[in-house]
Formats: sequence, structure tokens, C-alpha cells
Amino acid sequence: MAALSKAQIGPILAKQGILIAFAVFMIAFTIASPKFLSVDNVFSVVRSSAILGVMALGVTFVVISGNLDLSVGSMMSFSTIVVLDLHDKIGPFLAIPAMFAMTLALGAIIGFLVGYLRLNSLIVTLGMLSAIHGLTLTYSGGQNMDIADKEGTWFSVFGQGTALGIPVPILIFAALAAFLGLVLGKTAFGRKIYAVGGNDTAATFSGVRRARTVFNCYLISAACVATAGLIQASRSLGSQNTVGQGLELEVLAAVILGGASLLGGSGTIFKTVIGVLILGFIQNGLLLLGLQFYVQFVVTWVIIILAVWLDIAAKRGKLWSPIA
Amino acid sequence: MTHPVLRLENIVKTFPGVRALDGVSFSVLPGEVHALMGENGAGKSTLMKVLGGIYQPDSGNILMGEDKAVMSGPLDAKSKGIVFIHQELSLAEELSVAENIYLGELPRKSLGRVDWAKLSEQTNAILEKLNVGFDAKTRVGDLSIANQQMVEIARALTVNAKAVIFDEPTASLTDAEKVVLFDVISDLKNEGVGIIYISHRMEEIFKITDRITVLRDGQYQGTVNTAETDEEAVTQLMIGRKLDLTRNASHHELGDVALEVRGLSCGKLYQDVSFELRRGEVLGFYGLVGAGRTEIAETLFGLRDPSAGQILLDGEEVRIHSPADAIAKGISLVPEDRKGQGLVLEMNCRDNMTLPQVDDLKAGPFVAEGAEVAIFDQYRDQLDIRTPGWKQKAGNLSGGNQQKIVIGKWLSMHPNVLIVDEPTRGIDVGSKSEIHKLLRKLAAQGYAVIVISSEMPEVLHVSDRIIAMYSGRIMRTFTSDEVNEDNLIQAISGLGSNEAA
Repeated sequence: MAALSKAQIGPILAKQGILIAFAVFMIAFTIASPKFLSVDNVFSVVRSSAILGVMALGVTFVVISGNLDLSVGSMMSFSTIVVLDLHDKIGPFLAIPAMFAMTLALGAIIGFLVGYLRLNSLIVTLGMLSAIHGLTLTYSGGQNMDIADKEGTWFSVFGQGTALGIPVPILIFAALAAFLGLVLGKTAFGRKIYAVGGNDTAATFSGVRRARTVFNCYLISAACVATAGLIQASRSLGSQNTVGQGLELEVLAAVILGGASLLGGSGTIFKTVIGVLILGFIQNGLLLLGLQFYVQFVVTWVIIILAVWLDIAAKRGKLWSPIA
Repeated sequence: MTHPVLRLENIVKTFPGVRALDGVSFSVLPGEVHALMGENGAGKSTLMKVLGGIYQPDSGNILMGEDKAVMSGPLDAKSKGIVFIHQELSLAEELSVAENIYLGELPRKSLGRVDWAKLSEQTNAILEKLNVGFDAKTRVGDLSIANQQMVEIARALTVNAKAVIFDEPTASLTDAEKVVLFDVISDLKNEGVGIIYISHRMEEIFKITDRITVLRDGQYQGTVNTAETDEEAVTQLMIGRKLDLTRNASHHELGDVALEVRGLSCGKLYQDVSFELRRGEVLGFYGLVGAGRTEIAETLFGLRDPSAGQILLDGEEVRIHSPADAIAKGISLVPEDRKGQGLVLEMNCRDNMTLPQVDDLKAGPFVAEGAEVAIFDQYRDQLDIRTPGWKQKAGNLSGGNQQKIVIGKWLSMHPNVLIVDEPTRGIDVGSKSEIHKLLRKLAAQGYAVIVISSEMPEVLHVSDRIIAMYSGRIMRTFTSDEVNEDNLIQAISGLGSNEAA
């Protein structure tokens, strides 16, 4: 391999920083714990990351459009509870589309408020986080929701099934990532999301309908949340009202870890997938190292902050700078 | 012979793929106003960033007096007496004038409390020197752009400035405000401060500077005494060839009426505006800032709803509710604020250029990227856009090249009506004349073009007819035969006859 000059390393680091960080984590954990890179463990990490990952795919759209979505956690609880409840009432065939319709309606409300009324997305989705939580509790009467006949339903296939030896949640995550990756990276709609997130005035001046674009991003986010809720419900076949609580921050962390800018206009689906995997492998690695579950919260966040800092530092070419 | 306050020797600065500065030398004497000129991309900004410590040169020296100086950063440069007055102001609007001036260095009493009395006193002393009409306690956001600039200058005066750099200081000033600015510059000069003056405006350069240094493509072209040269010679140094300034009067036949506006009003912004625009014609709009020109353009582009009146395209009345609507009807707008309204700076050049038609460039469900690259290549060649390639972020290009991307974006839409608001704001002479020629060429090709400009030579140069506006009303419509500088100025000052609608 040809030696790289110092000048060449900078740009490579800047572009591939997150991949390099990923590689370093993987190598470090593999050395520390031989079990880490075993097929079983990798499958188990990816499967347990699938729910978070599916949600992160949708939030990537919202973040690139220059907005936030903090409601995904409580919206996922809502989807899970609703689909479990309807499963016994109208059967899984109807329960699934009904749950999707209800979740999309919530996404449409947010999309309308943020897109068409131009309200601040932080305030709107923070409010929705709380409002949807209340809605879920009202719906369930505060009770846990369980499917009566857990053995006899084909509904468990989304969370527990395998196809070609691969767990279905992983397949759903992979297929959705591939599909949304194409939507974001290759279609006119995707291009307009980057334009709106990068400079919504210039996008408007170029004929992009900002409100519609933002609205659609929230619909996509809601659809991803509904899918995540489906996997969650199918995996456990019973759930508490708070199953998605706190996930919104983990999702956001994965998206940022992937390198999407909170200011909007940058990020990709591929990078978000990497972000999700890093987050999953870090948590798993820490567990294998025997760290207490609670310590994970702290360490995870330290690592995220470090990764984001290194990413920015690589772009600037130095560790600290008085200007952006 | 006096020693220069500041000397740059053989400065070299390279970026991947570009030699931005190639051995540039440059010195400023005390009490001198030294113009730094060059087209966009010539290296002026890079040179100033080296001077301000934002970039470190690859080689070469900076000397202050007789000592070598290394600028480790903007604060270091400031502490060494180098002060920048930027084109884009960096003030905290919610704070007072005094707080802005002494930001970071507020005078303190015990327990870290701010000494407000002393602060006001110090500030007012400086403001008095500048002879401005506001005081220390005024909120900066309430000041005009010109006065905000005075605050920046006042800030510069608090340090013991050895060299002050003015970067396009008159870009948004009125004539009266310019006079005040030039007075201040002359005061600084008398105090022995060295001044570097960066501007594209020749009249100013010849009015206030002592010497002119010209850069082209990162190379030093020479330094001349202002008194011993003229505009033509300087321009030739800047662009390396002679500039054609003669008017390209159109002699081609005009086509049908593409756009007609009848009695259009928009609240208090403008009233009862009527005009016709034919294919093959350039219609100039001239007037002071606030005369309603940009607002008319914004109405035609669907950004404002008119309160009365009609818009007719090809003889049919239309209602335009959004830019998307306007674009669909064949109206394009090259907006006034290139960076804020024209471009997504983080996006690459190609994607910026094809953004309005990205829905139409389809290859199956996807965007046809090959077709996009073809469009980019076509307009890059036609408009001579200088960029390493389409993958370059628009934000990395120089102002002139950015403007060409925006123009290319709209030309590629083949609009029925092309509105260009301030086509050459902040653009160097060479690109300016290219853009003027381009506008004339477009008219010859049968485009109907509206040009809005605050620069009189520009409207006179490119327009077939000129509409003079004053305070939201059309004062007079001139043909190119009847217009001259005098009657045009009278009309936009509200002195000319009010044309009956």
C-alpha cells in the first residue's frame, strides 16, 4: 500500500470518520471479548437494533429536512398497544392496516403543524411525545395489553420468525433501509428534502414546496414508527404502555452518530444504519465486558459525544476551533 | 522614506487542487488608503484570511513594522492591530451599541459587575469622533445598515489599530452614507493608520485610494499609484484583456407581449403599477432601495399576493400563488440575495442548478443524474462557470461563479419571463460585463427579461426601456433614446413628471 501523506489523511478521515470509528470499536471489542464477533452475537445485536433502526430510518428524513422528531418513542408505544388490542378484536389482517392508518394520522398532525403552520418542530414533537403518551394510556385504560392466544397466531412472524435463516426483523430493517436509501438518495423527493434542510428559502425560491416536503418526511417517520411498533408487538405479543419510552433520544443519537447534521441538509440512510449498528454494538460490547446495565447509559453517551466531536474535528482539520 | 505598517512577502497558500495565492507581496504605508483589487476568485479573500490569521500561509512572511509577525488566529491579529470591517456585519442585534463595541472587554467594577457609566462614557467618546447620530445605549438592531457599519468601525477604533481592512464597505450604503464613511476613512488616514480597501466599485477606488494593487488568479499583477492610472488600465490588469463597455443596443425585432401588468398594487409596498414586456426586450427597473422594485418581482414570482390589479401572461390573466406556480407558468426569478435565496450552499453545483426541474428529470422512479450532469455541463460551458467539477459545493465557489450557477439554473428552465434582481451585486468587473452581455444575448434570442438594479450604469447598459420607480409608484418609463443619467436620477428622486397610468 502506498504511503499516505499527511495532507491526504485529513480528507479521508473527514469523509470516512464514522466508518473508521466503527472499525476501531469493533476491533477493540473483539480483542476484549472473543464472543463479540461470533455469528450468534452479531445476529443478536442486529436483531435487537432492528426496532431502533427502523425508527432511525424515518427520523433521518425528518432531521435532513431540518427538523426534529422527539415523538417517535411514545408513538411507537401507541402503535404497539393499538395493534395488540385490535389483534384480538378484529384479527391481525385488519389490525395491522388499522394501526398503520392511526399512526400515520398522528404523523400527519405533526407534519401539518411543522410543515404547513411552520411551528417549531422541537416544541411540536415534544408536545406530541406527551400527548400521544396520554392517548395511549387512555386507549389502554392504563392496562398492559396482551394477545389472548399467543401460540395460535401467525402475527408473531414479524418479530420472531426467520426466513432463509435470517431473523425477520433484520430482513424488514434491511429491506426498508434499502428502499428508503433509494428514496432519499435517488429520487426527486429526496433531493428536495436536502434542499429544504440546507436552505428552505432558496428551496422555496426554486419552486420546492417546503410545507409538502416536510409533511411527507413526518409521514415517512410515522410509517417507520408503525413498522417498529409492529415488530415490537409481534416479538412480545404483549406490552406495557411505556415500551417505547426514551427511544426517541436513542434514535436521535443513532442518526447523529451516523453524521446527519441537526441543522439539516446532510446525512444519508447508509450512515444512519452505521450509526444504529455502532450504538447496538457498543451497548452489546459493554454488556459482554460485564459492565452493569446502568453504567451503559453513561458510557454510551460519552462515546456518542466523542464520536461527534471527532467527526467535527476531522472536518475542521483540528480538534478545536474558535469558528465553525 | 516611511516604513510600511504592514508588509506581506511572497505569500503562498495552496488548497487541494488550487494555488490560491502564488507568491503575493503587498505593503501598506501609514496614512495610506491602499486598494486591493481583482476579480472574484483572484485571491483577495484568501489573502485577507491569511492576514487575519484564519489561514496560515504555506510560505512567505508577514511583517508588522520591521518585525516578523505570525497571526495565530483572529484574536491574535486583532491584538497586533489588524482590524477587519467586514462586508457581512457580525453584530449582536439585541445588545446596545456600547455592549457591541466592547463585547468581551466590558469595563468592570468589583465582583465582576459591568461599569455601565464608564462604558457609556468610553463609547460616546468614540461615537463623537465618528460624528454619528446615535448614542451608546441605542439597540444595534434599531440602526440602519450604514450605522451598524459605524458600530463596527467604532469597535475597530477601540484597539490601537495599525491597519484597517474595509471589505466592500459600501455594498449596502446610500450615497449620503458613503460620504460619512469616506470622512471616517480620511480621519483614520490622517491618524497614520494604514488602510486596505477592497471594492469592485471603480468610482470609489479612484476617489479615495492612494495606490492600487491588483491580483489575478492568485498572482500579483502589480501596484500602481491611483493618480497615475485610469479605470481602463486597472481593468485590463484585473482581467488580462480589454473590457468592452459600449452599449449593446438591440436592433432585433421585438416579439409579442409576454407579460402585461395592469394596475397592480400590493398594500403600501407599491401601487398602481402597469407595464408591458415583449419577447426580445430587456426592461430595466431602477429606483432607490424601498421603491418597490423587488416587491413587484416577488409578486410576479408568487411570493406576495397583490391587493389589486391583474397579471397577464401571453394575453391571459393568471393568478400566481407560489414560486412553484410561477415556475410552472414560465416565470423565473434570479433573486437579489444569492446566498440566502439563490443557492443551497451545502449542496453541490449540479443539484443546485437542476433543483427547479428535478421533478421532470426522470429515469424511471429516480432522478436522471446523467441528464443533470449534461445540463450542468452545458451551462458551465455556456456561462464559463469556473469550478473543479459539479461535485463542488456551491458555497465553495466565488461570488461571480455562484451567480452564474443561479442564472444557469433559470436559463435551463427556458423561461417565458426571466426576472433578474441585482444581477451583478458583489461581482467583479470581468464577470459583470459577461453577465451584461449574456442578458443582451438572451433578449436577442427572444427571451423577455426584466432587470432590477441599483446601479445606474448597469440599467443604462442593458435595458431597452427603463421604468423609474419612486416610493412604490412608476414615475416614468424611458426608452433607451430618451434616457440619460440626469432625467433618470430626477425620476427616481420623485422630481420627474408622474406618468399617467
